[in-house]
Amino acid sequence: MSVTRNALVSLIASFLVAGCDNQDSASPANDSAVLQEVRLLNVSYDPTREMYREFNEAFAAHWLAETGQNVLVQQSHAGSGSQARAVIEGLDADVVTLALAYDVEAIRLHGQRLQPGWQSRLPNNSAPYTSTIVFLVREGNPRNVRDWRDLVEPGLQVVTPNPKTSGGARWNYLAAWGYELEQALGGDVAKLETASPEEVKRAEARAERFVAELFRHVPVLDRGARASTNTFVQRGIGDVLLAWENEALLALDELGAEALEIVVPSVSILAEPTVAVVDSVVDRKGTRTVARAYLEYLYTPAGQEIVARHYFRPRDSEVGARYRDQYPGIRLFTIDEVFGGWNEAQARHFDDGGVFDRIYSDGAR
Amino acid sequence: MATARPWVNASVLPGFGLTLGFTGIFLTLIVLIPIAALVLKAASLPLSEFWSIATEPRAMASYRLTFGASLLAASLNAVFGLIIAWSLVRYRFPARRFIDAIIDLPFALPTAVSGIALATVFGPQGWIGRWLAAIGIQVAYTWVGVVVALTLIGLPFVVRSVQPALEEVEATLEEAAESLGASRWMVFRRVILPTIAPALATGFTLALARAIGEYGSVIFIAGNLPMLTEITPLLIVIKLEQYDYLGAAALGLVMLCVSFLILLTINALNGWRMKRLVGRR
Amino acid sequence: MIAPARTVVQRAGPGIASGLIPALLIGLSIAFLMLILVVPVASVIGYAFSRGLSVYLAALQTPDTVAAIRLTLVTAAIVVPLNTVFGVTAAWAIAKFDFRGKQSLISLIDLPFSVSPVVAGLVFVLLFGAQGWFGPWLRDHDISIVFAFPGIVLATLLVTFPYVAREVIPVMQLQGRESEEAAISLGAGGLRTFFRVTLPGIRWALLYGIILCNARAMGEFGAVAVISGHIRGLTTTMPLHVEILYNEYDLVGAFAVASLLMLLALVTLLVKAVIEALGSRRRRSI
Repeated sequence: MSVTRNALVSLIASFLVAGCDNQDSASPANDSAVLQEVRLLNVSYDPTREMYREFNEAFAAHWLAETGQNVLVQQSHAGSGSQARAVIEGLDADVVTLALAYDVEAIRLHGQRLQPGWQSRLPNNSAPYTSTIVFLVREGNPRNVRDWRDLVEPGLQVVTPNPKTSGGARWNYLAAWGYELEQALGGDVAKLETASPEEVKRAEARAERFVAELFRHVPVLDRGARASTNTFVQRGIGDVLLAWENEALLALDELGAEALEIVVPSVSILAEPTVAVVDSVVDRKGTRTVARAYLEYLYTPAGQEIVARHYFRPRDSEVGARYRDQYPGIRLFTIDEVFGGWNEAQARHFDDGGVFDRIYSDGAR
Repeated sequence: MATARPWVNASVLPGFGLTLGFTGIFLTLIVLIPIAALVLKAASLPLSEFWSIATEPRAMASYRLTFGASLLAASLNAVFGLIIAWSLVRYRFPARRFIDAIIDLPFALPTAVSGIALATVFGPQGWIGRWLAAIGIQVAYTWVGVVVALTLIGLPFVVRSVQPALEEVEATLEEAAESLGASRWMVFRRVILPTIAPALATGFTLALARAIGEYGSVIFIAGNLPMLTEITPLLIVIKLEQYDYLGAAALGLVMLCVSFLILLTINALNGWRMKRLVGRR
Repeated sequence: MIAPARTVVQRAGPGIASGLIPALLIGLSIAFLMLILVVPVASVIGYAFSRGLSVYLAALQTPDTVAAIRLTLVTAAIVVPLNTVFGVTAAWAIAKFDFRGKQSLISLIDLPFSVSPVVAGLVFVLLFGAQGWFGPWLRDHDISIVFAFPGIVLATLLVTFPYVAREVIPVMQLQGRESEEAAISLGAGGLRTFFRVTLPGIRWALLYGIILCNARAMGEFGAVAVISGHIRGLTTTMPLHVEILYNEYDLVGAFAVASLLMLLALVTLLVKAVIEALGSRRRRSI
């Protein structure tokens, strides 16, 4: 009987002792350890896993050689919108590398974790590379998809992530909208400048109808770009995947060109994934120097090389020239040209009660 | 002296205040306050808006799937659970001990493990799924898969409820009925079934409660297509991911109310069962 | 609360089951169990080892997996003792005294048992998320609960809340109060009475409740998925890590971690069998 009691007590005691061994990786370790190793959390958008795996290793080697300090970068990947909200909610990211500038700005606006003027702290408005949106179809392109217009063919199923959680999905949406807008204005996006207000209004209405119809062809909205790729490729759902260019090229690479094909639409949108150091976190953890160096490394030739190897379009012209052939040629418009910038686009289309909410709930079967 | 009944009867045992106090505080902190947060958040919506969120087409489709599949799974468990409990109690056969032991496995198994196991086994290339696909039955990514998953996790509830009840059926009554010429089926229907009915009902309800709230076992095999194969807990998670707190809270409240109702039902059934047992003595 | 099991009535039935109906029923039972239980469980082992032992072991030693294992163990180490103390305390109050509202208390304690795990996670997000009741206060003090370890502990605490209590309360109720009252009247203190008189009678139920609580704490998925943020290497427990690996089509990795969890389930069953053998030969209802 007392044996049982002793056994119970020691069982409980051992649990408690084990509990004391909790490592909180967010808090600065004791002084000697700070010099030895530092940890960064990079909260990123969905399709960048492979790129950052390689990049983190390269940066760690570079930083060790420069400063003798070990740096371990931990990654989190999910839809860009979800990630931004997570950081706002308290996720302690040292750096964010998201799909679009607005998601980073939201962290400043709603979370107060970034200082104003963050975007000019790094070159190219803090966008170290660009990308765009293309279509991925099954081998042989059995539905003969050539352009955005074909996506609303009867019976055709389109796979895209959820604009409420994914950055890529919002670029998809805006690319589709921009295409139809341009068509309505006579095929040239520059006409937006010169068209009359009524023409613009009619064109916008036509674009809205097109995008609404497009989303009626979507069977499931995944949380992020990678999840959508999996749905299309692994689960075999849908006829067309609206994908980041880098995702599409990666899928071709992984699964072979026999199973899949890329279809380049007549026009697409210039997507600028944006990065930033999260001020409130790095100041508390004391990791600002490393974090800034980490992001700056993205702009170095070595960093740009890694970026290009993973099918993102580098900013560095020399690296870009060497990798030019791997990117399909597409005519691109920018979000500023067509939508007046991200603040406008987000407020009008993607915030609660915006156009997407309207068309998706109306279209819900 | 005072005519009012005391709130607590005097007892020579110590520690009432301390233990009840600790219990109350812990219960309040961990259970009551968080649940209150849910209720209040959902209640902050005007009633019409709450109603429209709770009855939007996507939510309604998820209820149909969740409740429908749970009822079906609990019924399957009632039938097979009874058969299994009967076999375990009444017959001796090789592997009986082994089967008796593994009945509890779904209860102890983490839901993510059963989730990926079922999704893989019943998937198009899975050990069982490929045979079913050959005869045209698709389990994974359909409501059938949902039912399979919910049946697995509810299995122990029925078996473990019915077993003790079966063991208690008075042999004398059965033998008397048989000697009076009743067929085996009549004996089952008139003597045994009424005796075990409360236990069967309790097991069914427990399996139902577990199935309705289940998340981990189901999301891998379900397919998760909105309006088609999306369960209500998943819809709550999706709303949270979109940071639609009010929508998530509204649906959460719906599920909480259902849980409450089932809890009350279980309590009532327990009361029925206790009365049955006590009354017969 | 489910009433405790009764003693087994020995049945004078036929020896080995013979006849068509028994064969049919047994056959159906076995077929049903094979289909939905045995084969899936076996598949966990099958897929985990499908690429050989070395790949299996390597999968278990990746830094993210090790972090997930550690997080699971630490969470259980905090949650299980807390709920054990609670369960025993509540059982004492409920079993040894009569008071109004006892049945309501029992129902409230049972509430987490019938609540969906997703709702269990949701309530803490509503409480401690950025827009929750305590959100602004937490942010001002730079404390993270949601997307961090404390949130995982709280959510796990909620879902495993009743497990010890519901095993111990019926047994304590059956025990009655006479022994304890006798001990008190003989001059023993409260704690002494508990450890010397009460505990021996409930030890098997208590142990069973603890291992069930532990199994659920380590295996919890839904509630932790909602509150943790799924940050691999930081806030993924083992079940969450299984999901991440599975969604990345790393089947061997996912099933390798799953096999560890399954081992936990099997150990739980084993302990239960041992308790039943050593204990009072009572079949335990869940």
